[in-house]
Amino acid sequence: MSGLHDQDEVPLLAVRGLAKYYGARRGCANVSFDLHQGEVLAIVGESGSGKSTLLNLIAAELEPDAGSVAYRLRSGETRDLFGMGEAERRLLFRTDWGFVRQDAAQGLRMGVSAGGNVGERLMMTGARCYGDIRATAGDWLERVEIDPRRIDDGPRQFSGGMRQRLQIARNLVTRPRLVLMDEPTSGLDVSVQARLLDLIRNLVAELGLAVIIVTHDLAVARLLSHRMMVMKGGAVIEEGLTDRVLDDPQHPYSQLLVSSVLAA
Amino acid sequence: MNPTSYEPASGYNFAYLDEQTKRMIRRAILKAIAIPGYQVPFASREMPMPYGWGTGGVQVTAAILGPQDVLKVIDQGSDDTTNAVSIRNFFRKTAGVAVTTRTADASIIQTRHRIPETQLSAGQVLVYQVPIPEPLRFLEPRETETRKLHALGEYGLMYVKLYEDIARNGHIATTYAYPVEVAGRYVMDPSPIPKFDNPRMHDMAALQLFGAGREKRIYAVPPHTSVRSLDFTDHPFTPQVFTEPCALCAARGVYLDEVILDDRGQRMFVCSDTDFCEERRASGHRGHLLGEAPAALSGQPAQQEAC
Ligand SMILES: Nc1ncnc2c1ncn2[C@@H]1O[C@H](COP(=O)(O)OP(=O)(O)OP(=O)(O)O)[C@@H](O)[C@H]1O
Ligand SMILES: [Mg+2]
Repeated sequence: MSGLHDQDEVPLLAVRGLAKYYGARRGCANVSFDLHQGEVLAIVGESGSGKSTLLNLIAAELEPDAGSVAYRLRSGETRDLFGMGEAERRLLFRTDWGFVRQDAAQGLRMGVSAGGNVGERLMMTGARCYGDIRATAGDWLERVEIDPRRIDDGPRQFSGGMRQRLQIARNLVTRPRLVLMDEPTSGLDVSVQARLLDLIRNLVAELGLAVIIVTHDLAVARLLSHRMMVMKGGAVIEEGLTDRVLDDPQHPYSQLLVSSVLAA
Repeated sequence: MNPTSYEPASGYNFAYLDEQTKRMIRRAILKAIAIPGYQVPFASREMPMPYGWGTGGVQVTAAILGPQDVLKVIDQGSDDTTNAVSIRNFFRKTAGVAVTTRTADASIIQTRHRIPETQLSAGQVLVYQVPIPEPLRFLEPRETETRKLHALGEYGLMYVKLYEDIARNGHIATTYAYPVEVAGRYVMDPSPIPKFDNPRMHDMAALQLFGAGREKRIYAVPPHTSVRSLDFTDHPFTPQVFTEPCALCAARGVYLDEVILDDRGQRMFVCSDTDFCEERRASGHRGHLLGEAPAALSGQPAQQEAC
C-alpha cells in the first residue's frame, strides 16, 4: 500500500513536539508527525512505550505538557486542538473524528441497544426523526456485517468481534475523516481478528479515512498501515513507510522488534 | 377545609430551619430562578423525616414560608395521604401558618406526583418534591460528565433514552418524570409527575420550585417560562388522554386514577386531584357512579392505583 496524498497538500493532522509526563515518568516526549487525508499510520512499540499516551493526547483526553496538535477542518481552516473551546472540540470529535477503543465497554454504551449505540452521534448532532435514525443505524450495522435484525439487542448479547464492529459503526455513522484506534483487534481470536482487519481495511479504503492505529502486532501494522512509527520509552525511534520499516529497519531496537516477531 | 391558623409550637425556629440555613436556601432558589432549569447545589439539611418524604421540598417550603402564607400539601393529587398530612402538620406545628386543601386559596403548594387541576395564578408558588433531579443519570452515571453535558447543552443522550423507549415499546413509554427543555436551554426532570401534567408547566403563571433533599439540588421554572417536552418529529410528545369522565364528578380533561372496586375486576376512574373533585361535587356535578361508589371513595378517597 502507499499513501495516495499529494505531498503539497496541507496535512489533515500536524503533531508537533507533543510531550506528557506523569510526575517524573515520561509518558511520551518530542513526538512530531503529519497525517494526510486517507492515510493510515500505525504506532507500534512494546508495552509502556507511550502509544496510548500519545493517542490520548491527540484525542485531547490528556493535557500535554508541551506541543501542539493542528487539525484541518472541513472548512479548510487549520486549528490548534488545544486552543479550541471545549464545546467546539467535542462537536468536532463527535462528527469528524472517531475513537475505537480496545475495551468495547469503554467505547460503547453497554446498557443501550445496538441501534441506540449507532444512532447516538446522529442524535447528538440534531437528528430528531426516529425512523431516519433507525434506518441509518440499520444500514451501518449491515456495513459492519452485523445482522440488522439484531438492532435492538444490546452489546452484552454480542461477541467480542461484534462489539468491535459495533464500535466502528457507532463511530463512522457521522462520516468522520479521522479515526483513532487503540488495539482494536487485541484479545480476539485469530479468525475473528482477520475478519475485523479485513472490514477495517475495506472501510478505510472506501471512505478515504485517515487512521492512527495503535498496535503491538506488527502483522496488523503491515496489513493496514501506509506508514508506521516505532516507539520506545515514550520517544519515536523510527518512522517511515510500513514496508520499509518492517523489511529494512534502521534502528537496532526496531530490528530487534521485527526479528523477534519474525522468530515467534 | 378553609384556611385556618394555628399557634406555632415553641422551641422551634419559625418553619423549623434556622435563619442562616434559610438564607442559604433562598440564595440557591434565587440562583435557580435566574437560570431556569439549572440544578443549583445546596447544603441540604437533615430534616426530622426520612428522605423519601420529600425533605428537599420541605426545605424549599421552609425557606420561602412567611407567617401570612397559606399552605397546601398534596401527594398523588390527594391532600389526605400520610405524607401530605404529616408535612402539613409539620409546618402547622413549626410555623403556625394557615393550611388549606383548596388550591385557589393556597399561596404555597408543596406537591409530590401532581400539578393541581385548578389553574395556578400569579403569586402562587408550586414546590415539587424531587427524588432524582438528574435527567441524564439513567445513561450517564458520572456526575462530572453530566455537569459538562448540561454546561455544553449536549442533550443527545436524552434522545438516546427516548430512542430506546420506542425501540423497546413501539412508542415513547415514559409516562412520568418525562424530560423537558426549559426556556430553550436546560433539560430538566420535572419530578415524577405524569406526563399529562407536562404541558401545564409551560407558561405557568405561578413560580415552580424543585427541591431534591438527598441529592442536594434546587431548580426552578420562573413564571411564564417555556417548557417543552422532548420528542421525535415522527413520535411527537402526547400526554395521556382519558376517554371517560371522572366517575364521581364527571370532569373531563383531568388526570384520572384507576380504582379497583372488587376482586371481580370492577373498576372506575376518578380524579386524582381529590380536592378538585370534591369542589365539583359540592357545586353539583355528579359522575355516573357517584351513587354506587363506596363511601370511602366518594367521601374520603384512600388507596389509589396510578395509571
Ligand atoms: N495514568 C498514568 N499515571 C502514571 N503513569 C502512567 C499513566 N499512564 C501511563 N503511564 C506511564 O506512561 C508510560 C507510557 O504508558 P502508555 O500507557 O502510554 O503505554 P502503551 O504503549 O500504551 O502500553 P500498552 O501497550 O501496555 O498499552 C508507561 O511508563 C506508563 O507506566
Ligand atoms: Mg496502551
